[in-house]
Formats: sequence, structure tokens, C-alpha cells
Amino acid sequence: MAGMTEASALAGAFPQSKKHKGKAVKWIDRTMDLIFLLCGIVAIAFVLVISIYLLVSGIPAIREIGLIDFLFGERWAPTASQDPAYGILPFLLTSIYGTAGAIVLGVPLGLMTAIFLAKIAPPKVAKVTRTAVSLLAGIPSVVYGLVGMIVLVPAIRDLFGLASGACLLAAILVLTVMILPSIVNVSETSLRAVPKEYEEASLALGATEIETIFKVTVPAAKSGIATAIVLGVGRAIGEAMAIIMVSGNVANMPSLLTSVRFLTTAIASEMSYAAVGSLQRQALYSIALVLFLFIMMINVVLNVIVKSKKEK
Amino acid sequence: MRKIMATMLAGILALSMVACGGSSSSSAAASEPAASTPASSAAETSSSEATGTELSGSVSTNGSTSMENVIGILSEQFMADNAGVTVTYDPTGSGTGIDAALNGTTDIGLSSRALTDEETANGLVGTNVALDGIAIIVNAENPITDLSLEQIASIYTGEVADWSEVGGNAGAIATIGREAGSGTRDGFESITGTEDACVLSQELTSTGAVIEAVRSNPAAIGYASLSSVEGQEGIVALTVGGVACSEETVLDGTYAIQRPFVLVTKEGQELSPAAQAFYDYALSADAADLIREAGAVPVA
Repeated sequence: MAGMTEASALAGAFPQSKKHKGKAVKWIDRTMDLIFLLCGIVAIAFVLVISIYLLVSGIPAIREIGLIDFLFGERWAPTASQDPAYGILPFLLTSIYGTAGAIVLGVPLGLMTAIFLAKIAPPKVAKVTRTAVSLLAGIPSVVYGLVGMIVLVPAIRDLFGLASGACLLAAILVLTVMILPSIVNVSETSLRAVPKEYEEASLALGATEIETIFKVTVPAAKSGIATAIVLGVGRAIGEAMAIIMVSGNVANMPSLLTSVRFLTTAIASEMSYAAVGSLQRQALYSIALVLFLFIMMINVVLNVIVKSKKEK
Repeated sequence: MRKIMATMLAGILALSMVACGGSSSSSAAASEPAASTPASSAAETSSSEATGTELSGSVSTNGSTSMENVIGILSEQFMADNAGVTVTYDPTGSGTGIDAALNGTTDIGLSSRALTDEETANGLVGTNVALDGIAIIVNAENPITDLSLEQIASIYTGEVADWSEVGGNAGAIATIGREAGSGTRDGFESITGTEDACVLSQELTSTGAVIEAVRSNPAAIGYASLSSVEGQEGIVALTVGGVACSEETVLDGTYAIQRPFVLVTKEGQELSPAAQAFYDYALSADAADLIREAGAVPVA
């Protein structure tokens, strides 16, 4: 009986409060909509402001130096008293080689790890491995650089009998480890998303487990793996802190065992001392612009590839 | 374009009218410096009018990029002590700084080399505020303890590529230097005569990184300012031509890889009270610790 009155009291009170709240709810909804819209606009504004700023501050030096001399000049000597040179080809090639090297090493390694985690490993082992991989993603890049500098660089020096072990190879190895987590995580998710029926059909037709993985599962997860590679490229090409500590930082044309400078590290290493208003400083902005366009280009190209594969 | 030109021309004309009190026939180009000089002297007189115990006004310094740390730390302290004064610093290079002192476009010019005879003949006065000693460091495992200035130069230019050529154990030399624009690099290269000719194995962006790289590599040689090398383990500062790098040898001039930090003023031209106070402060004993903190050897 008591319950009944309570319920009827509630029923009586509810419509009234709803009537009251109706306007308030609408109002809150509208405000929240506006706030969300503003947040979206803020993100767009950041992209726009950064793009415009880079264009405005990067173009003067390119015009002064000349696009061809800037992009394809092999000598970088911005503070030379005689005949200063502003060629960034060494940086461009180093960034391309370094990223390519990290992808060549990191993708097979990451993909195998993902296959292991998604298909082969017993749940307990998979759990431990997955935790380790996500821990890898949480390590700050400066720590990668530090470990690279103290462990990897001397090891490379001893192994190859060099005077100094700070070289492109060291940077590639550090980058490889750094891009592993994103490759492993994204590939694993896409491998898991492959419908069980595909694999079961393949196994039922008499294919072995390994055949099934490489001929059915991996091709079916192709677009996810491509996304993983895009993420890896993005992380590798934009990294500065870790590789500035292991790559030696000399503006040489790149080769595996010489000291090299990346686009990112070229900006980071000279910005602090470049005099305000000097062509050197402006040229550093131009490098930033090139790096920015470069990353955009890679993203667009890879996205197109991913999309065209999806449509098929 | 035409509009801009027209506006500029009009501006220059107006400026020359004001400067010359309406007297015509002087060319715009000639009248421009004439227009700026009275303006700056007016500023000086206005700041000297404000004398008393409270200093106010601004002190402009202009010149050597290598002196950034020293001037930075001194001006910070000076501005903290004298709230009304702003000290500005333009890192333009020693040459520009000396010119600016000569033209009177700056209160105090900064030079990281001694003035030439010609410059002093033009009426410039250079006063050393500090000395910059650059230590040459190698790994503690390296048996080498002494190199001559010529040997150091030829190691850095790549003529000497193996430690055995300068009396060490056989093995390639890893030359470690600083990035373009660094004052230490500028100092090292100008003293050893290796400007723009250095062949480096590693180009690092801080003194600490150079020391760390030398510490971890038995084949490495590097350079770093004297103050940062003292008390470091795992590295050894070489004697250069038999002279150890220390504050005393830098002060008495026997250590070769050093250069002066010079405050440049013009003879006969009185500094504004604020500028004079800053000048005196920089040369006082109070500033010595700060200069040492900034990595240089104080002379006071």
C-alpha cells in the first residue's frame, strides 16, 4: 500500500517536473551544442594558424635562397663567413632514409608480433607481451634517446670499428623501436577483426595454420595494416628528441655509418642560437615548412592507397 | 608597390622637414642619419634629467653572439636591482656591435675579440669584462695529455685522422663540435683558425652533450667552456702547448685558446646614467660570480 502511494506520488510529481525542465534541457542542449562546435572550430583554427604561420615565415627564405638551391643544395653552412650555403638535400634524404629504414625493420617485426598476439600466443603470454608493448608506447622519446646514446652508440662503434657510433644506423634502430607499439596495436586490432569464418573455411579446405594466417588473415586485414604503417611513418618522420641524441647531427649526405642530420633535428639544433631576423633563422622556418608539407604529402598518398584498397 | 614607395617618400620628406626645420635642398638620404642623431641625444638628455637615486631609462647593448650568456645574466640581475631600467641586447656579431658603438646607435658595443689598432684610432675604447677560456677535452682513457694549437687545428680540419699521428694509441679520432651559431664554436674556430673548415663526427647542441659524448667515447675529442669542464669525471682537459687550462692561465694570458669579452664605448661620449651604471656594474667585483656562472672568467 505504502509502495503504491509512493509510486503514484512519483507519477504525479514527474510530469510536472518534466514540464519545468523541458525548457532548461533544451537550453542546456543548445549551449552544449555550441560548446562542441566551438571546440571543433578551435581545432580547425589551430591547424589554420599553424599552416598560415609556417607559410608566412617559411616562404621568404626560400624565395631568397631559391627553391632549387634550397631543396637540392647539398651543402648546409648557414653561418660560414664566406659563401654561406642553405641546401637541405642532406636533411631531406636523411629523413627519407631514416623513416624508410625504420619501416623496413619495424613493419615485419611489428606485424609478426601482432600475428603472435592475435592468433598464436596463449592468452597469458599474450597478456604479458601486450602490456610490454603498451609500456613501450609510454616511454618518453628522450629516454629512447638516452638509452640509444649510452648503449646503442658505443655498441655500434665497437661493432663496426668506427671513431664515433653516432650515425644513421643508430637513429634507424631507435626509430624502429619507437614505431613498434603503434604498428603492433593497430595491426593486432585489424587482425582480430577478420571474421572467424574466413579462417575456418581456409582450415576446412586443408590449409595449415600458417598458410591461413599469411594467405587469408593478413590479406583480409590489409587496410588496417596499411593504417599501422601510416602511423609508423608519421611517428618516425616527426621524431626529433630521440634521434638528435644518437645521430651525430652533422649535415652530411646520408649513409648508414656516417653522422647525419634529420629535418626535425636541423630545426631543433640551430634554432636556439640563430640570430633573430637572420637568413639562417628564416631558413629554419623554411625547413619546418618543408617538413610539414612532406608529412601532409605522405599522409595523403598513404590514405589514397588505403582507400583505393578498401574499395576493391 | 607605387603606393608604398609614395608613402615612404612622403615619410622621408616629412622626417627631413622636421630635422632640418623646413630648410630645403638637402637630399633625403643625407638627412636621415641627421634626423636620428638629435632624436637619440634627446633621449639621452631626458634620461639624464631623471637622475637621482632611482635609475631609469634603457640601456642598449649590441654585438657578439658569444656574449649572450654573460650579458644575459648581468642584465637580468641589474634589472632586478634597478626596477626602472631595461637592458636590451641585440645579438648581431662583434663587427656590427663595434660599428654600432662607433655610430652611437647603441650605448655599449659588445665584442668577443680585442679591438684592432684602427678601431681604437677611431676613438673606440675597449674594456675587458671577462675572458672566455675554451678547454680541449678527451676521454679519461686517452693517454694523450698535451696537444699544440696546430695539432688541434689539424685534427679538427681532418688532416690528422688517427690518434697515433699525434702520439696516442692507434685509432680514428672522433671530432666533436658544436652547432652553427654557438658562441663556443665561434670562439674555438676563430682561435684555432678553422672557421668553416671543421670536419666533425658529431655536432651537438649543448656543452653537456659534448662532455657526455667525450665521456662515453675513448676516441673522442671535444671543446667546452672552461667552467663547465672543471670537476667532471671521465674526461680530461688537455694542456695546450704545455699550458693547463685554468682560470689563472686564462687570466695571465698563457693559455692559448681564449678570447676577451669586450665592452666597447666611444671616447669622449658620455654614457647615460643608466648605461654608465650598467657598465660599472659589469666591471665590478659583484658581477664576478655571475660571470663565472655564465661560463666565463671574470677579470674584476
